[in-house]
Amino acid sequence: MARHVVAPVADIPPGGRHVITVGERRIVVFNLGGEFFALSDRCPHQGGSLCQGLLSGHVESPAPGEYVYARRGEMIRCPWHYWEFDIRTGKSWFDPKRVQLRQFQTHVETGAALQEGPYQAETFPVRVEDHYVVVEA
Amino acid sequence: MNVIQPIQVPGKPATATLGLLDVDIHPRPKSLEEFRPFLTDRWWQHMLTWGMRQRHGFTGGSPPFPKAQPLASRRDSWPPNGGTPCSDLDFMRFQLLDNYGHDIGVLNPLQPSGQGDRNNAFSAAMAHAVNEWQLEQWLRKEPRLRGSIVVPYEDPIASAAEIRKRAGDPNFVQVLMMSRTAEPAGNPRYWPIYEAAVEAGLPVAFHAFGYSGWAMTNGGWPSFYIEEVSEHATSCQNQVISLVVEGVLERFPALKIILIECGFAWLPSVAWRLDTHWKHLKSEVPHLKRAPSEQIRQHIWVSTQPMEEPERGQHILDIFDWVGWDRILFASDYPHWDFDDAREAIPGIIPKERRAAIYGGNARALYGL
Amino acid sequence: MLAAARPIDCDVHPWLPGTAALHPYLDPFWRDQVVERGIGSLDTQSWPVLSPKSIRADWRDAKGRGADRVELLRAQSLDRLGTDTAILNCLAGVQIQLNQDMAVAFARAVNDWIRAEWLDRDPRLRASIILPMQNIEAAVAEIERLAPDPRFVQVLVLVMGENPLGKRTHWPIFEACVRHRLPLGVHAGSAYRHPQTSVGWTSWYLEEYAANQQAFQSTLASLITEGAFTKFPELRVVFLESGVSWLPSFLWRLSKTWKGVRFEVPWVDRSPFEIVREQLRLTVQPFDVPTEMVPRLLDQLRGERMLLWASDWPHWQYEGDAALPPGLPEALLPRILRENALETYPRLLQGAMV
Repeated sequence: MARHVVAPVADIPPGGRHVITVGERRIVVFNLGGEFFALSDRCPHQGGSLCQGLLSGHVESPAPGEYVYARRGEMIRCPWHYWEFDIRTGKSWFDPKRVQLRQFQTHVETGAALQEGPYQAETFPVRVEDHYVVVEA
Repeated sequence: MNVIQPIQVPGKPATATLGLLDVDIHPRPKSLEEFRPFLTDRWWQHMLTWGMRQRHGFTGGSPPFPKAQPLASRRDSWPPNGGTPCSDLDFMRFQLLDNYGHDIGVLNPLQPSGQGDRNNAFSAAMAHAVNEWQLEQWLRKEPRLRGSIVVPYEDPIASAAEIRKRAGDPNFVQVLMMSRTAEPAGNPRYWPIYEAAVEAGLPVAFHAFGYSGWAMTNGGWPSFYIEEVSEHATSCQNQVISLVVEGVLERFPALKIILIECGFAWLPSVAWRLDTHWKHLKSEVPHLKRAPSEQIRQHIWVSTQPMEEPERGQHILDIFDWVGWDRILFASDYPHWDFDDAREAIPGIIPKERRAAIYGGNARALYGL
Repeated sequence: MLAAARPIDCDVHPWLPGTAALHPYLDPFWRDQVVERGIGSLDTQSWPVLSPKSIRADWRDAKGRGADRVELLRAQSLDRLGTDTAILNCLAGVQIQLNQDMAVAFARAVNDWIRAEWLDRDPRLRASIILPMQNIEAAVAEIERLAPDPRFVQVLVLVMGENPLGKRTHWPIFEACVRHRLPLGVHAGSAYRHPQTSVGWTSWYLEEYAANQQAFQSTLASLITEGAFTKFPELRVVFLESGVSWLPSFLWRLSKTWKGVRFEVPWVDRSPFEIVREQLRLTVQPFDVPTEMVPRLLDQLRGERMLLWASDWPHWQYEGDAALPPGLPEALLPRILRENALETYPRLLQGAMV
């Protein structure tokens, strides 16, 4: 596993997303209120690309006719068959035990720390004073 | 933020050795203007003023049961240059035909097509226009595409005329109807359509959809889109039952029926039910010479999408056995949200030697391509 | 022989000979209305009397009718098959009536006719409470009226009603069912508020009879998606005379859709497969499966606890006394013939005389 520099933090504002390719894998990084989460971009159903999907909330219901809607912007839906995944955990809603997206460790590093290595970066300059999103994959 | 491109991993399914023939693609016009050249002033004005009026109360093409996604389409199928999903030939080539290595794709235009419109005369005008539009905007530009003859099926005489007009044009490979007709599809009033189709050597395809004007179940109107999706299958079942019991398949022994986007795992249980009870009710229907299951086996083809997903994967093999391995036609349903990726959608459990027939062999034989 | 298994027959049909039979059970106003207005029959097109399917030929009387007396049930079915207990589901046309007050009067009278002329005359018999669906409050009242009699073990509605059965307007009925431990029986047949199909009226009876198969699917979709099963986890629903083989493929499709469209019905918190295995039962007469396919269909169904035996007397489903659909595995028979019914109908043993 290696640490990959994804992008400057400023490039992925809250509610935004960014895609990187690591080898054969595509990874999509989301910013939820300042926290970063990285998931496999490929839906386990038929391979739909999640970075193209809809960011939505999660509705639960204690009883028919009642809608408890929360976690707006924290669920990603596959653009194809609409399977719903929790960005924070990668788990599908309908079968959290058996159907999930692979998660990747993500954290934020300063430019200074990155310059000390070892990191793989897309080809953009790393500036000491900026912060960057890093994914381990 | 980087530019998010739809993932594109081109490649024809390895086992599509008889070619990849896709029997269900849904083209749309970029705007209604695309129909203008093919409509008279009168019907153009009519369309602008009154629009499409299906047998429900909603306007502007809105469906009674809102779709899960806008225009029921994959979110990544909206062309980057603008327009609605599958309105841009170049983007459709990129995302579908070139991506999967299609040999042939069959177009089934859905709304706005005027099919099932409350106004039969308008429906007939639209049918002509949509058929011309298919030729002009799609079929003459892209040799891999074939079209369906859209007909104003609630006016069977006008439908027969439209079929006869197009007969012999190799661009069109079938006649298209929606699966919710105002009366069961086997009812004798629709027979002129089957007669004309058989004359022209064309199969008749029933694609899930349409509004019959009746409640969407035989026990009233359901509440939810999820129920409507279930009812595509039940409506189609009713149509199969009608085609068999009314004797359409006896009257037109050369008729071929294709069920598109209706699912198919239910077909054996319909056949069995009819066989079981036909035994007791034969005296009512002496016009049926063959067992219903035999008629179904001989006259009906089904498309793969949406494929039912059993709890145990291998149960789908039972269904393929019972329906007939030679009856099954690959369909993508591009650009809809429940679209099937050609490489992923045929379950791994389907033996390799069967896949080539599903991907293309069966459609070649059926359409004579 | 079935008798050794002490079978419970979950679907037999006493056939109301005509409204004259209801006179003792109608109040004076309705009794006179029926006579003065010439309302002679409650037969419906769901069961045309002379249809070969409605009454097996050797069970008809000289006039072509049948099944209107308990003596016939005994001679033609109970005694012949060695049935231990049978549940009466009367299909008289209460639910097609358009005048709700008349419907309520008929429902009460039919239930009273069943009680007096069937239940009281043979200790092996139990019955479903016929509900006047035209008026939900009255339907609940009818449940309350008859629930104290333990010989009523189920409530009965038709699979093709006016509104999909899962709708919330019906929930007071389900609540009463749960309170009194009465399963909701849904039987083939129509109230004719809609054509037999979503694409219009069928021409031939064979089509109409077949169309029940679609009605059961729509009804189950409604019960699941409207959350009736979720709201009433103790509710048990029994599908009577449905044919059974439609169920696996129906669930495969519904479940697939649900995975993507769950947000529309967020109260459906378990997979439809789970819900159905727990809360749905089906009678196996008819069993629309060729004999050689039965093992594979059962493998797809994965629902050994769901199946209930029935003769479906006097409907023509089998020849002679071959009342068990062929192909059912020996090992399952104790469940199908008796145990599943005892689990489904908790009131069955309550009403036992001995």
